[in-house]
Amino acid sequence: MTIAVDDSAPGTSGRPRLRPSHTAQTWAMSKRAIIAMWRQPSLVVPSIVFPLFFLALGTSSFARATDVPGFPAVDSYLDFAFAGAIVQGVLFGSVTGATALATDIENGFFDRLLASPSTRHGIIVGRLAGGMAYGAAQTVFFTAVLLPFGLTIAGGPIGALALVAAGTLLALAVGAVMSTMAMRTGSSEAVQGSFPLLFIALFFSSAFFPRETMNGIYATFADYNPVSYLVEGMRDLVIDGLTAWAVVRAVLLPALLAVGAVALALRSLDKRLAAS
Amino acid sequence: MSVDEHAAPRPTHALDTTRTSIAAASVGLATRNLRGIRRLPSAFLPALLMPVFQAIAFSGTFYAITQIPGFPTDRSINWFLPLGVLMGSGFAGVGIGLAAIRDLETGFYDRLRMTPAPRASLITGPLLGAVARSLVVTTLVITVGVLVGARLSDGLIGVVPTYVAGLGMAVAGTGWGLGLAFRFRDMRAAALMQLTLFVGLFLSEAQTPLYVMEGWLHGVARVNPFTNVLRLAREGWLGEVTWDNTWGGVLALVVISALTLWFARRGLDQLDD
Repeated sequence: MTIAVDDSAPGTSGRPRLRPSHTAQTWAMSKRAIIAMWRQPSLVVPSIVFPLFFLALGTSSFARATDVPGFPAVDSYLDFAFAGAIVQGVLFGSVTGATALATDIENGFFDRLLASPSTRHGIIVGRLAGGMAYGAAQTVFFTAVLLPFGLTIAGGPIGALALVAAGTLLALAVGAVMSTMAMRTGSSEAVQGSFPLLFIALFFSSAFFPRETMNGIYATFADYNPVSYLVEGMRDLVIDGLTAWAVVRAVLLPALLAVGAVALALRSLDKRLAAS
Repeated sequence: MSVDEHAAPRPTHALDTTRTSIAAASVGLATRNLRGIRRLPSAFLPALLMPVFQAIAFSGTFYAITQIPGFPTDRSINWFLPLGVLMGSGFAGVGIGLAAIRDLETGFYDRLRMTPAPRASLITGPLLGAVARSLVVTTLVITVGVLVGARLSDGLIGVVPTYVAGLGMAVAGTGWGLGLAFRFRDMRAAALMQLTLFVGLFLSEAQTPLYVMEGWLHGVARVNPFTNVLRLAREGWLGEVTWDNTWGGVLALVVISALTLWFARRGLDQLDD
């Protein structure tokens, strides 16, 4: 951790008082979040393996479905479903990060942080930054793994960068929502219990098949589901190329969601502080 | 001093040292297992609701696959409902393994092993519990499936193969779950038992028929015995119930169940070593 030494205000023992900057404290918290994931790979491996497994499965199972009316013109189902795999991985990964926060609350580490003279918002912002780093790493990893298997990103390197930005911002938005739940309930079980909701949001969207091929109530659900628009923006970067509309949906939508979600998370933290 | 044994009064509540029958012990253990649902519903509800959700979500999301030329049904729920049944029943069996891990960790299993109940009942009892859970899951998935549009293609007889496949999966899942629980003796086994079942089922005809698949999955699904089990479970929803569609699935279930139950029995015996 970077420590700023305040020479002008010596402590009672005569030694200079150590005053870590807010940035240094926040950085330390995000580093802790990242190291925790690195040390417990069993927590993060599912959010890497499952999206890739489903994608591999889908690419083989639904190869001929791309000829069905309503399906956009794509080289392969892999190109079509790649954006859905990123969103799936980020959603699963965000639950893991928020569960870690809830565990901190359960085992008392959160209270010890509050008892220390540390920045309050840095506790949450640091963890969210760790989640963002993981979201970015997931997107880069998925891209690197799938390129040799025939993935083509029509948007080129800039499109790929926009995808990484989208994955990062989505990790921030979902991580903030899940962290709000962690702070309000203080229960890792409750955070884990919210996982099916994310699963439902993902499956009742156009993450795996286009909305144009759905009918009835499923199509209606997918039409109103923001996940659909998010995935479609990212998908456009993959199959159509770099367009302003694709960037708006892929990057601006999660950015807007993130602003609201982070504000909500910080408000929950303030409420928790006021109650304690 | 001589003791007149015949004159000694018989205790009112003499210790019954006769061996408990396997049937009685099994029913007792199955009942305990089912009571666990009421006491810890959070452990069973996901296994009950997930297959329902899966059947509905898959049939909605992947509705378009029914438009692929030659697809065996025009109702996607008919295709995915049996998958939900197998998934739910398999996880009902695996849930028995999870319960066994809890008992092993708390030491309750050691007390069970010290009782005069036959060893085999430690497997047959939970097995009965899994079968009961499977019946509940299968009935719920079929009921909800019919409500959202699933229709039998060969009359009511069509549900029989689905139930048979579901029960078989529950038996196989129980054997697999218990076997892993006895070997690992802690929650490390939980992820393994769920993941293997999940992967085993999905690497088959789970999402699309063999002829639609391309690439590596086709080769894997063709030799995966769960493809036959799915064919059995689906036959009443896709066409007529025939022996051709039945025997492969039944044979696969018998072989898988026998192997997994043997695996569980070996693990149980090794607990004594």
